Amino acid sequence: MEKLIYERPLIKKLVTGMPNKFGMKTVNEPISHIENISVKELLEKYGSPLYVISEKTIRKVFKTAKRAFETRYPKVQFAWSYKTNYLNSVCNVYHQEGSWAEVVSGFEYDKAIGNGVDGNHILFNGPDKSEADLTKAIKNGSYIHIDNFDELYTIVKLVDEIKEKPKLAIRVNMDTGIFPQWDRFGFNYENGEAWKALNQILMNEKLELVGLHCHIGTYIMKTDAYAVAASKLAELAVRIKNKFNKNIKYIDLGGGFASKNTLKGAYLPASDTVPSFDEYAEAISNALLTSELEPQHMPTLILETGRALIDDSAYLLGTVQAIKRLADGRRSMIIDVGVNLLFTAFWYEHTITPAQPFSQYTEDTVIYGPLCMNIDVIRENINFPLLKKGDNFVINRIGAYNMTQWLQFITLRPNIVMIDLEGKVHIVRERETNENITNSERLPMHLQKK
Amino acid sequence: MNINRNIAISDTGFVFDPSSGDSYSLNPVGTEIIQLLKKQKTIEEIQVEIVSKYEVDDVQLEKDIIDFILTLEQYNLIENNE
Repeated sequence: MEKLIYERPLIKKLVTGMPNKFGMKTVNEPISHIENISVKELLEKYGSPLYVISEKTIRKVFKTAKRAFETRYPKVQFAWSYKTNYLNSVCNVYHQEGSWAEVVSGFEYDKAIGNGVDGNHILFNGPDKSEADLTKAIKNGSYIHIDNFDELYTIVKLVDEIKEKPKLAIRVNMDTGIFPQWDRFGFNYENGEAWKALNQILMNEKLELVGLHCHIGTYIMKTDAYAVAASKLAELAVRIKNKFNKNIKYIDLGGGFASKNTLKGAYLPASDTVPSFDEYAEAISNALLTSELEPQHMPTLILETGRALIDDSAYLLGTVQAIKRLADGRRSMIIDVGVNLLFTAFWYEHTITPAQPFSQYTEDTVIYGPLCMNIDVIRENINFPLLKKGDNFVINRIGAYNMTQWLQFITLRPNIVMIDLEGKVHIVRERETNENITNSERLPMHLQKK
Repeated sequence: MNINRNIAISDTGFVFDPSSGDSYSLNPVGTEIIQLLKKQKTIEEIQVEIVSKYEVDDVQLEKDIIDFILTLEQYNLIENNE
């Protein structure tokens, strides 16, 4: 006789009419395969935990975003936000799709050059650009988005030495009707600082103003805010035209589009509340097309969206390490994925799905990572199926920031694989070894074992 | 160790405790264990029975039964005579 599928015994008190913070059952079907490749086989072959990236999804989502904007606005250019995920394999998929590079440090700048991106297809953002970085960017003809007056004066000084005309834009911050207002980056619109900086650049013959940039925030769920930002940048462009008779080449609205991950404390799942690319595109294009910009000189619309493009394309696979009961009776599940690998667990309620079949029975569960630290919580309250040690799970939508903001804390970072368009699996970043970490350490003589 | 005598257990895994008015639901393995407990079976006997029927090893089952009985105790569904 064939044995029945076992699931640990469960007794659950029935409470009617009382809301609880664990909410409803969140998953219905197991994720046993990713693009027809078995999760168990992937883990057996490449180890657990494991990051899996889908090239197909990257390209598909990118095409959706591109179509949303290109059908509404005449000139659109995407620039891949390196900080969101700067694995070379990921960047190169975007570059193949036609994306430029958007970088925020010398390290990222060099990475983009290393990926074969033309200097004049790199947008250099951020408050941290050294003189060496700026010199390199000026010589390569990259677009430098100035963050502050100190940077502007540094560029003016460098130009005298280099004798090349830099291509500049300024980052503008503004009130778009949302909270918090990001005013730490760039020049403020409302207090006239942005206009002052623009005048300074435009009156200096050694400098060339090519664009206007803003990035109003992150995970912005209101499309109106983008419409306000686009209108204000368009207004600046019109003022520049009126005073200096100069048409700027581009308006860069940055990124910040929300992905379909639910934020902690959100009442409704993000899949129900987050705007689509079409809705963002509609708001932005409308604002630009109905502005006073001259129709024959419409600037290119640049977008640096990162999170919304890549989040859906990656998965984190792992294994249950232990099941235990907490002092107050709640169930806790320890998994081999901690906040070291899933940094975004600090602000998202990540969806976790078992990789093997499970029944309709669930238990109120806390999911902990393996780190020996109290902050290592992956889900604080989740109504979760009954898994046991050794079972596998899949966390989806983890493509943004986890592979750049991860921590090498008490353990080593695992393999990252990419499934290509033909379904072939490639290791795109090898798991770390002890040597990777200790090779850069130096032990003073007197501390060495004799 | 006995399941409280006045507790009603249905075949489909519904439990009613008339002394507190609380009701509970069980999954299939939980139902089976509680029925066996009601028949005064020892933990060893229960283990043999479940292992013969379900895809599970002794170690896993033992851990789970200990945890399950602890939960029953917390809900005051068990009379502990020991």
